[in-house]
Amino acid sequence: MTYFPEEVVEHIFSFLPSHSDRNTVSLVCKVWYEVERLSRRSVFVGNCYAIRPERAVLRFPNVRALTVKGKPHFADFNLVPPDWGGYAGPWIEAAARSCAGLEELRMKRMVVSDENLELLARSFPRFKALVLISCEGFSTDGLAAIASHCKLLRELDLQENDVDDRGPRWLSFFPDSCTSLVSLNFACIKGEVNSGALERLVARSPNLRSLRLNRSVSVDTLTKILARTPNLEDLGTGNLTDEFQHESYAKLASVLDKCKMLKSLSGFWDASPSCVPFIYPLCHQLTGLNLSYAPTLDYSDLTKMVSRCVKLQRLWVLDCISDKGLQVVATSCKDLQELRVFPSDFYVAGYSAVTEEGLVAISSGCRKLSSLLYFCHQMTNDALNTVAENCPNFIRFRLCILEPKKPDAMTGQPLDEGFGAIVRKCKGLRRLSMSGLLTDKVFMYIGEYAKQLEMLSIAFAGDSDKGMMHVMNGCKHLRKLEIRDSPFGDGALLGNVAKYETMRSLWMSSCNVTFKGCQVLASMMPMLNVEIMNELVGSSEMEENHGDHSKVDKLYVYRTTAGARDDAPNFVKIL
Amino acid sequence: MVMEMMIDAELRLGPPGCDVTVVQPARKKPASAAKRPSSVVRSEASGTDDHDDASPASKVQVVGWPPVRAYRKNAFHAAAEAASARTTAKKGEQGGGLYVKVSMDGAPYLRKVDLRTYDGYRELRDALDVLFGCFSSSSADGGGGGCQFAIAYEDKDGDLMLAGDVPWDMFICSCKKLRIMRGSEAR
Repeated sequence: MTYFPEEVVEHIFSFLPSHSDRNTVSLVCKVWYEVERLSRRSVFVGNCYAIRPERAVLRFPNVRALTVKGKPHFADFNLVPPDWGGYAGPWIEAAARSCAGLEELRMKRMVVSDENLELLARSFPRFKALVLISCEGFSTDGLAAIASHCKLLRELDLQENDVDDRGPRWLSFFPDSCTSLVSLNFACIKGEVNSGALERLVARSPNLRSLRLNRSVSVDTLTKILARTPNLEDLGTGNLTDEFQHESYAKLASVLDKCKMLKSLSGFWDASPSCVPFIYPLCHQLTGLNLSYAPTLDYSDLTKMVSRCVKLQRLWVLDCISDKGLQVVATSCKDLQELRVFPSDFYVAGYSAVTEEGLVAISSGCRKLSSLLYFCHQMTNDALNTVAENCPNFIRFRLCILEPKKPDAMTGQPLDEGFGAIVRKCKGLRRLSMSGLLTDKVFMYIGEYAKQLEMLSIAFAGDSDKGMMHVMNGCKHLRKLEIRDSPFGDGALLGNVAKYETMRSLWMSSCNVTFKGCQVLASMMPMLNVEIMNELVGSSEMEENHGDHSKVDKLYVYRTTAGARDDAPNFVKIL
Repeated sequence: MVMEMMIDAELRLGPPGCDVTVVQPARKKPASAAKRPSSVVRSEASGTDDHDDASPASKVQVVGWPPVRAYRKNAFHAAAEAASARTTAKKGEQGGGLYVKVSMDGAPYLRKVDLRTYDGYRELRDALDVLFGCFSSSSADGGGGGCQFAIAYEDKDGDLMLAGDVPWDMFICSCKKLRIMRGSEAR
């Protein structure tokens, strides 16, 4: 291979599909390292603190698409204190200095400021796509900067961000010359948008395939927009809360009818049941449907819609659908691959119309199911066993029983056997979240059978350090382990320290890990950052704290080549 | 004789509905309730209800549990506020308990129950069983579903309906009065 000209080697590398493959070939020899790094077009940084931004961009100066992830996953549930970190600034600044050809930036759980967006907009003349997921720290002013300066913008996708709304003007900053939009998602913007500006923008975007509106967009505006976008493939609706107003909805129905390419629907913010019949003509062609923001639709509305969606592959609903509704899904949606059932009541043991029966029904009707997120009132080992038998193709299995430590609803036993069946039968399982009453036994099963597992989420589970050790020793491909409120202590933390260098990160909160244990870990493993967050503010209190034997509230451990980060707030102690 | 024992006819001083405290089926508290992890936060609701410890599990809030993204929770919160503002504008009284009278065929006294304290039809049935003893096995004669009584209710239109057909949330909105009927009449 070394006798081939570099262009040939580079060409061969272009066939490598994954980041890890490219990482591997770069280790073979210096020539390959050089060829690979200069030809790498897409860089994925799973933990923004694992490497210094400067180092990443200097290694890959010709990167076109950069993805960076910031806060740990449990930040989604308010377990990471605000101001923890995850700043986009250093990444955008480093890229601005070294990677002028950058075209796409994707960021998840990071803090992005308007200044950062301004810099982004001005630094990359070929910039095409910005995707921000669960980020915060910016306002519509930053979006205005992106709109006005990114002349070739194809994609602006804002998913579930916390955006400071400074008014509707941002949308008007797209110049008349901007005709390249393919995907626009501003569903998370809280306030009004200028409907005239929106209509004109859509009218001059012939390539628009995905459009997700926010709650403020009226039915009439939606109708006008859809009249211009017959090739739309993905739509997030605006306001559908109005009670039955025949003329508006009838017009909407007639434009929807012309959208023959429309495959995916979402939005439905508090949608009124009277809008549902107008969606019927679309149902037969839908592959994706998200009704999880419509608590106003009851079992009957939902089933009437879903029973017509014979091609559905992805469904997100609320538990209002109930077990009976899931039965209808099971009989109608034979191609279903992904199902998410969200709770409508957020109390710990709140009411949920969904139990193990719904899940069993789904599993027997939808044999292609591979991805599940299921919030429910109760579960049984029997049901989980049946589900595992029916659907051995699970890649992602996340089950959340609303009441922590709830046992098998029929037998009162722990749910060890049920989850054991899942890991045993679903040999391709990569992600697992568990709940309910669980002992060390379930971890034994996981360690033994879940050989492809990459991410594991544990809450209120296990009896002793042995539980965590089973996982640490058995799951060879484990990348992310996150644990809360479980009795794992220093023994488990220190039982297999070398493992942490093969993983992206470990999170432990409200467990039995002590300050001393963390210190030992940090001293044994210099390639890890061991971050401690305690309720007590200030490091001086932490030292006085009789000791080393005081428990650590929150622990975040990750491998890094960057050393201790310098942007940590004072409640974070890095050992 | 059996009826007298089952009916809780003990006279008490106190507001209606406080006898509901005995009703909740023995909800098993998690084994480690005594050493509940620090991430549990007691909801303030326990102070305002008149049956504070009867149904603690349904009102406790644990930080970050259930694991639902803040974005989703905020979306619902905003919607719920808007919705309750709409309904309080429409209806006069709102919030608090939803007390309805319960009568049982043949019983001399009526009772009152707060429908908001139950999660579903099963809990309601259990509650009525404790009050009236109508569903416990000792009163069954083994026929059909093994039970002589059915729960019926009077809805907004004044019609007598069999409970259980509509989702619970819809039921509590439309139920004005409960009536426990003899099975023979209900069929």
